[in-house]
Amino acid sequence: MTPVSHAVEIRDLHKHFGKLEVLRGIDFTVEPGQVVCVIGPSGSGKSTLLRCVNLLEQPTAGKVFVEGVELTHRDVDLDAARRRVGMVFQQFNLFPHMTVLENVTIAQRRVLKRGKAEAERIARDNLDRVGLSEKAASYPAQLSGGQQQRVAIARALAMNPSLMLFDEPTSALDPELVGDVLTVMRKLAEEGMTMLVVTHEMAFAREVADRVVFMDGGVIVEDGPPAQVIGSPQHERTKSFLRRVLDPTHTDV
Amino acid sequence: MTDQPIKAEPAGPGGTPPAGTGLSPRQRQQISRAVQYVVLVAAAVAAVLFVDWASLAQNFAKAEVAEQALPELFTIALKNTLIYSVGGFFFAFLFGLILALMRLSPVRPYRWLAIAYIEIFRGLPALLIFLMILFLPLALPGFEVPGDLYGQGILGLTIVGAAYMAETLRAGLQAVPKGQMEAARSLGMSYGRSMTTIIIPQAVRIVIPPTTNQFVSLLKDSSLVLFLGVSGEYVELTKFGNDLASTHANATPILVVGVTYLLVTIPLGYLATRLEKRQGKGR
Ligand SMILES: Nc1ncnc2c1ncn2[C@@H]1O[C@H](COP(=O)(O)OP(=O)(O)O)[C@@H](O)[C@H]1O
Ligand SMILES: [Mg+2]
Repeated sequence: MTPVSHAVEIRDLHKHFGKLEVLRGIDFTVEPGQVVCVIGPSGSGKSTLLRCVNLLEQPTAGKVFVEGVELTHRDVDLDAARRRVGMVFQQFNLFPHMTVLENVTIAQRRVLKRGKAEAERIARDNLDRVGLSEKAASYPAQLSGGQQQRVAIARALAMNPSLMLFDEPTSALDPELVGDVLTVMRKLAEEGMTMLVVTHEMAFAREVADRVVFMDGGVIVEDGPPAQVIGSPQHERTKSFLRRVLDPTHTDV
Repeated sequence: MTDQPIKAEPAGPGGTPPAGTGLSPRQRQQISRAVQYVVLVAAAVAAVLFVDWASLAQNFAKAEVAEQALPELFTIALKNTLIYSVGGFFFAFLFGLILALMRLSPVRPYRWLAIAYIEIFRGLPALLIFLMILFLPLALPGFEVPGDLYGQGILGLTIVGAAYMAETLRAGLQAVPKGQMEAARSLGMSYGRSMTTIIIPQAVRIVIPPTTNQFVSLLKDSSLVLFLGVSGEYVELTKFGNDLASTHANATPILVVGVTYLLVTIPLGYLATRLEKRQGKGR
């Protein structure tokens, strides 16, 4: 336990998949209320880092604390710890056999043991927050990708998490649907939610993030305010990544 | 008779007919069609000429004998066939689900046990299983299957069906995208809770068409309870038809029973295909 509790604290995190070392010593913290965007090339370990924060992946070495609770401790109640951490996936992962309302109530009922009426009230409040209250009775397959992703956000929010993880939430969306999801996320940030966001949306990172972390090859290369990391990067690797992302037609191969 | 597409020999771009036959692919296909129709007509003529239709009708479609079968065919025989096969299906499904979960368990001995069961009982003839049940009381003195002959028949079908059902259900469980389990776990659900509320309901939907087919094959296998020595109120369709045919020294009951099976199996097969198609569209 750390006396002053950070929202997230990661110490010397390593993750191997077989012989492949995907995370090679990550140290960083997120303070309550902060929005931190993680950027970096494909395969640099961003998703793996995020998945280590709620232990969907078991780290090979190192420690992960969420609100001062060590999730990497052998005897921790992981299910209890995960209730405080919401996660939004690139592929939405809504439950296709349930309506939108059931998607948002199921974990409230089964995990938090809320009553039906209470769970539905909270679900409707959160669907309202993401602008989809009229879709409560629909099935996921009847929604657009952008709507599905907003339902996924409402589903996570209904558990009253103190931290939200987003893994490329707009990467699977058609371009015209990206804005709706980013608007919801921006509103969430303004309401003071602690957020850790893997994204390629540089405008979002620049405008909404308190900090931007650039990862490459399983290590954090740069970590600072967006104006610094995106505006005037110090490292050559960051510069070349940003050149490729911001101006993809003029990439030197 | 096969309607093989005629292999186009390497011809020039203009499609010059290959040397030797002097026929184009279209002409050759027409000839092949004509030959097939000629064979069909010849077979039909031979059947009319050489089969003794009167005797066949006397033996297989004698109305008086068919009438003898009537109330009991449905009230006893079909009812019992359905009891055996629905009961067998129910327990095979439950046991198969347990085996499938064991097969996917991180605990290695569970996996081994499940694999051993599946391999053994898929590899044995169903009849052998029923004979084993018949001799069970000799092997285990004092042991008795609950539910009399119904219990024994259902046990046999469960043992056979569970092995197939386990493989189908395992495929169904594995067909549920990995992200579903991750989403459930990230909401704080335990592994078991995620399985029961998220994964298994989706897997069951996926396996409805193949399990419908498995029900049909259990229904057919229920004829094997004949070898358990069922009689009286326990007889199912096959045993019923066999007994009646012996009494009247006439094969009509066999035909009647056959039609009764088809009354159930053909609509079910149809349903399975429909469900399969609909699922194909939904995903
Ligand atoms: N479950 C896994 N098994 C094996 N290798 C994996 C697994 N998950 C990710 N990897 C590998 O780890 C590396 C980093 O992956 P990831 O964290 O998804 O990167 P990013 O999200 O930055 O694109 C990649 O090389 C990927 O192939
Ligand atoms: Mg990724």
